[in-house]
Amino acid sequence: MVVFTFAPTFSAWKTKARLALQQELSPQDVFWKEESSIDTFPDLFLGEESSEKQPAASAKTFRVPREFLTLGDVVACHRDPSRWDLLYRLVWRINHGEPHLLDHTPDPDVHDLLLKERAVSRDVHKMRAFIRFREVATDDGMWHVAWFEPQHHIVARNAPFFVERFASIKWSILTPDACAHWDRKELRISPGTTRDQAPAADAAEELWKTYYRAFFNPARLKPSMMRKEMSPYYWNNLPEAMLIPTLLAEAAGRTATMVAASQAKRTPELVESTPIRLPTKGDWPALKEAAESCRACPLWKNATCTVFGEGPLHARVLVVGEQPGDQEDLAGRPFVGPAGQLFDRALQTAGVPRDHLYVTNAVKHFKWTPQGKRRLHQKPTSREIAACRPWLTAEIDHVKPKLLVCLGSTAVHSVVGNGIKVTQDRGQTLPTEFGIPALIPVHPSSLLRQPDRSREAADFAAFVADLAKIQDFLSK
Amino acid sequence: MDLSRKLAILADAAKYDASCASSGTTRRDSRDGKGLGSTTGSGICHSYTPDGRCVSLLKLLLTNYCIYDCLYCINRRSSNVPRARFTVDEVVRLTIDFYRRNYIEGLFLSSGIIRTPEYTMEQVIAVAKKLRTEHHFRGYIHLKTIPEASVDLIAEAGRWADRVSINIELPTSVDLERLAPQKNFSAIDGAMGRIRQRIDAAKDEAQFKAPPFAPAGQSTQMIVGATPATDADILSQASSLYQRHRLKRVYYSAFSPIPDASSHLPLVAPPLVREHRLYQADWLLRFYGFEQKELVDPQSPLLDLGVDPKLAWALKNRHLFPVDLNKAPRALLLRVPGLGVRMVDRLVTARRWQALRIQDLARLRVSIKKVGPFVETTDHNPRHYGLDDDNLRARFAPPPEQLSLFTDSAPEASVYSGEL
Repeated sequence: MVVFTFAPTFSAWKTKARLALQQELSPQDVFWKEESSIDTFPDLFLGEESSEKQPAASAKTFRVPREFLTLGDVVACHRDPSRWDLLYRLVWRINHGEPHLLDHTPDPDVHDLLLKERAVSRDVHKMRAFIRFREVATDDGMWHVAWFEPQHHIVARNAPFFVERFASIKWSILTPDACAHWDRKELRISPGTTRDQAPAADAAEELWKTYYRAFFNPARLKPSMMRKEMSPYYWNNLPEAMLIPTLLAEAAGRTATMVAASQAKRTPELVESTPIRLPTKGDWPALKEAAESCRACPLWKNATCTVFGEGPLHARVLVVGEQPGDQEDLAGRPFVGPAGQLFDRALQTAGVPRDHLYVTNAVKHFKWTPQGKRRLHQKPTSREIAACRPWLTAEIDHVKPKLLVCLGSTAVHSVVGNGIKVTQDRGQTLPTEFGIPALIPVHPSSLLRQPDRSREAADFAAFVADLAKIQDFLSK
Repeated sequence: MDLSRKLAILADAAKYDASCASSGTTRRDSRDGKGLGSTTGSGICHSYTPDGRCVSLLKLLLTNYCIYDCLYCINRRSSNVPRARFTVDEVVRLTIDFYRRNYIEGLFLSSGIIRTPEYTMEQVIAVAKKLRTEHHFRGYIHLKTIPEASVDLIAEAGRWADRVSINIELPTSVDLERLAPQKNFSAIDGAMGRIRQRIDAAKDEAQFKAPPFAPAGQSTQMIVGATPATDADILSQASSLYQRHRLKRVYYSAFSPIPDASSHLPLVAPPLVREHRLYQADWLLRFYGFEQKELVDPQSPLLDLGVDPKLAWALKNRHLFPVDLNKAPRALLLRVPGLGVRMVDRLVTARRWQALRIQDLARLRVSIKKVGPFVETTDHNPRHYGLDDDNLRARFAPPPEQLSLFTDSAPEASVYSGEL
């Protein structure tokens, strides 16, 4: 048996393999010994002819298909120590009567070669995918440093890819086998190191995790697919992988909540909503009458009656509230409950004559849930607001006011649009699609809900000040 | 609102776009030391989420405010989801920061329609332009284009992007009218046609150093399961798009429950198996020489959910089998269930030098259970594998599931995961 000692690279092996072929050494007679590897050679079988001979002067040349060189270059990076034996066996067979061996993929040696090629290529690809750089400030400026554990000896093979991609950044890739460094001029490969040399997480990593969490769609759980493509082997060094168990655990719950939420919302709606038919002709009483049998949303079911707007039909100011309350629902008239009374008081203080105003609500039915013996007010959804909006539009068209007053966020939503905060725009006048400006004071019922008694007077004064703007407008 | 919160909202809003491909573009690198990034032509998936989908691009909406009210969309005007808007600089910074850390291959930017389609498109383009011109970003950029935007804007989008796409959303114009009243089928189709002309022109003029236009082509997405459209409708729309507009990909997206869903949509688990079968059929049409009418026809307009479309076809056309592994032409081998394009090419090469035997297939890790009934070699008789058996389909289909007496729906687990 002849021992060939060589640096574990494909080109070094090629030189030695050429020697072995020239000496007509069959695969069983050759032992491939990597220079840097620990000596695993069984001394027991070591014959005296263990040293390689120099080639004869009339050395014969050998041919292999180009494909073998490409594949061999990849397979040489495989971690399996038997890869050199495999390569030599193939090159021997190619030169001993099987020139087309590589085409015969079912052959065990060729198959093994292709499997190994696949494994290395995949590892190369996954390294490109799963390297995670972290920023480190050094004397030499900002460095991007990554720790990675490849399955095969691919650092040197893969480093040029990172040079192409990150040529303008100084970076280091640290692995247990070898490290690659790029200082924007030169690529350097150094011996392997340990994980503690790698830097800790930086701030951008939190943003990345936020992105990963948001990207995940809990309704389409398919963890086996994830594990197939992102083997848990790599999870140690992926900052986002630590989120996986939580995301998996929460998924079923999140989907169930989504389904339940839309189920709760839809049951009555789809079946029972009938489109609004506005009377084509006729005046305000016809409109009011048509609204009484509105079924555009399911709120009519639990309400006593439709509470339509009221006031002078040529009022210059039209006030929009949220929706009728408990007492309005029973009386069938808007603004008669506690909030309405407070509104009246504030108007009086501000010196605005109530009988100059047309008052109505964004939603015309009382929405509530039972709590004990009381009917607890509930905020209408955007769908209910949208369903009711044609009535409000018709009222505005009839009355043709010069100023709209929106009390509370629901009214603002309906008249001005979504996304406007009453607390921010309070006291302002905003444009609307009706071409009529809208004034935005707070809703009187929010004053009623104010828990802090001491602030009551101040809040009321602020409300009055908002309403005084109506008077300014009227007297203009 | 801080950046992290915006990112959470606008990434969540963007995730219903299925495409995350970063492949098929021209080779670029940053060896000149000035720019950042590279593309090699083949895409890289930098991570995978537990839904099995790859994270290749930073997929974001510029904003999820939208003046449209498309029922299937989480960002429709009437939806109650939280809203946010990125500035151009914020998206640029996020892309660069993520790219430098090797989290992503590039950016996929889309947007809800704000103010006007023109204005929205300008904002989206501004991000891509800034990345390319100010930061010399050489990574991948995919821009969603808005069909109503002007020709000039679409031209500029293609100037900076590797791929542009317009979502056709639903397979028929009737469906689109019903669920997305503000969108217009012929406008979408027309815009795709104009993009195709631009792509073709840029390729023709490449030798004259003309500026590139979307070198990775265009793609689109169809939502599956939100309307009663059949697989035949979907596949014929897809084939038509591939042929007329030379699309690189048509993505099929199973409609999945979204927060605050519209009541006009089915409230069921996403039909993931159907989505999978559509992708398989799509592949058969593009790479295996199948014709649409061989997979679905007016009599049976739906794909078999139990077995894959190639196997379903083979079971219906058993008179064409068995196929002799050593003699059959490549086109016929491609029609054998269980043999993929790569495997067929290997077999065709291998049989030139040596007769193939059935153990050879086993060594190549081909499933003999699946291939067995349909192929023939000197040492293999397909009849022993049941080519002529009446119950052949049953061997491949998932076992029938007994319905419970007490619930009227399928088991809960599958409702949520959709996995078979």
